[in-house]
Amino acid sequence: MAARDRHGLEAPWGEFRHIGKATPKVDGLAKATGAAVYTDDLTLPGMLHGKTLRSPHPHARILSVDTSEARRLPGVLGVLTGKDLPVRYGIIPWTQDETALAVDKVRFVGDPVCAVAALDEDTANAAVRLIRVEYELLHPYLDPFEALKRHDPAIHEDRKEGNISKRVELSFGDVDAGLAEADAVVEGDFYFHGTTHGAIEPHCALARYGADGVLTLWSSTQITHYVHRALARVLGMPPHRIRVVQPCLGGAFGGKSDPFSLEFCVARLAMLTGRPVKMLYTREEVFYAHRGRHPMHLHYRTGARRDGTLTAVDAKILIDGGAYSSYGLVTTYYAGQLLTGPTHLPSYRFDSTRVFTNKPPCGPKRGHGSVQPRFAFEVQLDQLAEKLGLDPIELRRRNVLPPGSPTVNGQRVTSNGFLECLRRVEDASGWRLRRGRLPRGKGLGVAGSMYISGTNYPIYPNGMPQSGIQLKVDRSGLVTAFSGGNDIGQGTNTIVQSLVAEELGLALDQVRVVAADTDLCPVDLGAYSSRGTFMIGNAVLDACRNLRGRLIDAVAERWKCDPRRVLFMDGAVLDREDPSRTMTSVEAIQHAEERFDTLGSTGSYNTPKLGGDYRGGTIGASPAYSFTAHVVEVEVDEETGRITCTRAWIAHDCGKALNPLLVAGQIEGSAYMGLAEALLEDHSVNRFGLHQGPSLLDYRMPTAVDTPELLALIVESLDPEGPYGAKEAGEGPLHPSIPALANAVHDAVGVRLCHLPFTPGKVLKALRELRAREAPERLVVGKG
Amino acid sequence: MSLGRFCATIRGVLLHVNGDDHEVSAPDHWTLLEVLRYRLGLTGSKQGCDKGDCGACTVLLDGRPVISCLVLALEAVGHQVTTIEGLLPAHLAQGGSGADPLQVAFDRCGALQCGFCQSGMILSARALLKRNARPSETEVREALAGNLCRCTGYTQIVQAVALAVAEATGGALPPRAWEQPPEGA
Repeated sequence: MAARDRHGLEAPWGEFRHIGKATPKVDGLAKATGAAVYTDDLTLPGMLHGKTLRSPHPHARILSVDTSEARRLPGVLGVLTGKDLPVRYGIIPWTQDETALAVDKVRFVGDPVCAVAALDEDTANAAVRLIRVEYELLHPYLDPFEALKRHDPAIHEDRKEGNISKRVELSFGDVDAGLAEADAVVEGDFYFHGTTHGAIEPHCALARYGADGVLTLWSSTQITHYVHRALARVLGMPPHRIRVVQPCLGGAFGGKSDPFSLEFCVARLAMLTGRPVKMLYTREEVFYAHRGRHPMHLHYRTGARRDGTLTAVDAKILIDGGAYSSYGLVTTYYAGQLLTGPTHLPSYRFDSTRVFTNKPPCGPKRGHGSVQPRFAFEVQLDQLAEKLGLDPIELRRRNVLPPGSPTVNGQRVTSNGFLECLRRVEDASGWRLRRGRLPRGKGLGVAGSMYISGTNYPIYPNGMPQSGIQLKVDRSGLVTAFSGGNDIGQGTNTIVQSLVAEELGLALDQVRVVAADTDLCPVDLGAYSSRGTFMIGNAVLDACRNLRGRLIDAVAERWKCDPRRVLFMDGAVLDREDPSRTMTSVEAIQHAEERFDTLGSTGSYNTPKLGGDYRGGTIGASPAYSFTAHVVEVEVDEETGRITCTRAWIAHDCGKALNPLLVAGQIEGSAYMGLAEALLEDHSVNRFGLHQGPSLLDYRMPTAVDTPELLALIVESLDPEGPYGAKEAGEGPLHPSIPALANAVHDAVGVRLCHLPFTPGKVLKALRELRAREAPERLVVGKG
Repeated sequence: MSLGRFCATIRGVLLHVNGDDHEVSAPDHWTLLEVLRYRLGLTGSKQGCDKGDCGACTVLLDGRPVISCLVLALEAVGHQVTTIEGLLPAHLAQGGSGADPLQVAFDRCGALQCGFCQSGMILSARALLKRNARPSETEVREALAGNLCRCTGYTQIVQAVALAVAEATGGALPPRAWEQPPEGA
């Protein structure tokens, strides 16, 4: 790590003026008044509308495609098939197995086959229906266990490992000895069902191809930079002739972090027709485009000594990847690599396999790859506490990673506020007085977790910064920050504004942010892996510190004083030793421009060298880790089997809360999403490969009435490398929601729920089994 | 306007939107949402599902919240349509300053993350406060139950409505969980 990537924790001008305050968002009023412009809000003169023909079969070979009738339909200006966009792409450079439109095979119901551009949406839809595709049906793999066992026909025929997308086996310490020396071992199977992001804005892209040969793509993406690269690759164009812009984005949660078919199709159609082309996915298409949380079959063994200290964890995980690789290589690692804190594992082994199936492709969703294993593990910690007669919070306390020590898989952990998180939820929930003592049917459960603040290495190997910022300083006193970061609602642009204002001693309205436009902004790798605040934040501090000296020196020269006396604050400049001497920051900027020429600066952030010294040891390495603890309160109706989550206390260690309003929003939003995955949401397909309810009514996202009271508690551990000590808050707080809820159900009615989602039917079945175990004679009802 | 052959009859309709009269021609089957967004350029109303599930397209029809993707443009003829874009000018016209107090409250409370659901959410809340100036939290949650938000977990949205109510009625907003000092601190 370069020295300039560490900026210290101190307020630059004595005390924080903006940081740590609940400041409204930079774009809040624009959004509240309807002025904010999202991709589908854009209309260009002469614009055409695109539509996609999708596969009705989960697995089939394409024998022929006849588009002649569609092409003859008046109002249709362009039709594409797989042959028009044959170049493969994929977010991970080593597993590029997607094409914008199917070339020879379709691999899931919904796989894009053809695209059309027409004068209006109705004509485009009509044209899609006129395309004739002849398929040879192939055996569909809808069960990951079957896909693991056989691969004739293989889903991806050119792969050596059959239907296996990725396998990772890693072992740290002596797991067998650890299990042998344990006083208690719990072993069990867990199932995570698969869920999707459900951002309210459907995917949308608009392309324009100018006579100058420049292609501009506006897209609802959270990875402008990777889309830029993918477009250049697939279109065979030099990247400098491509501009990618992310307008205001209506939610993503990982669901817009792959390049998607529509981005390539509108680009090619715009080039083909010479007119702008827009495509907006229907809600049903969004469900099939998916990239949501992987279904996982998890088998865990966890051992502990009598005093509750763990000895070993042994995990075997089968991951149902769906039809394409997407981020699956990383998912397969994360499923194992991210479990190694906050609980110290003296020995740990995981065997994680991702298989292809003929289902909508899975990918990263908030808490990528690690939410499912966390569920299994945190339930087992609860089982161990029960077996050993320990309080589950106390058991977690006894196993917390010692300060300064690396995890068992070699990851460096800097700041760690987990103990404080536990203390906060324990106090706030009244745990000591209430847990185990509530009336039957009511219960409390706890769980904890750790998550990355960005990944240590970029998705494609390179030595360039992960995040860049450029500042432009105007004579009006306005500083414009050009940020490559993708603000997807989490507030990255607001953080940039606050940090610039803080570092340069300006008022907030003297800073504006231009973001996520590859022509205007330096590269940031995108909104994924909770990297924004940490990496963009550090780049902002770097850029500001490259500029600040010039502003100070210009004032000091004018005042003929020691530069150390110059103080910038909220847009005013003060002399620390002579209160009568002041100027405005506007004057200071003008002096600096006279003295030093046109003002601006750049800044960047790159990660230090981190990670374990083994193959895959860098996956899961992060410059800082966040920590979370939940206590969840439930009521279980034993007659109907219905679980109601009534309250959740969520304590999250975000390092330093740069803006507590935003941090609280991330904590609450994470917990809401996790609890919904436990109780309501289910992204599964039936035996025909069809989604069982691809609508926002059938996919049961909670309303304001269904959502429990969410109590966000902020813990600040001040990370030595984060900007002013900040770490992530966007994904970590989701992890404990599901196991804490499962553990609360056990506290309430004594059943262990291990198969998600926790539907009333499963609760009733578990209750019946529990009663049978407790009083087996009552089961004997039949006559001899 | 260029249209392909599969477009149905085009008809001119007169719509009253945010106090203005607009003569619009659109295919008969177009919804109010489509006409607002793609003919009048009032893109503040969002399409999240196009089938009445998400509420992102909520507008007010004679002051009552309706899901504009389920209302044909023709059905809105003769009614007063209010979209999110109408609130700020109406507030100014009534002698206020800045945005509508509900819009300001949503901003101040952090209720706007991605912002995609918020025009519908704010209009549903606006309609609620019109008929009930002091709603309970349960009443707020019930009134907003037709508007899905995927970002916030609704907490900051409910707080925003509570703030707008408090400011209008002189009440106070209770401190939020994260604002209270930890026990023993």
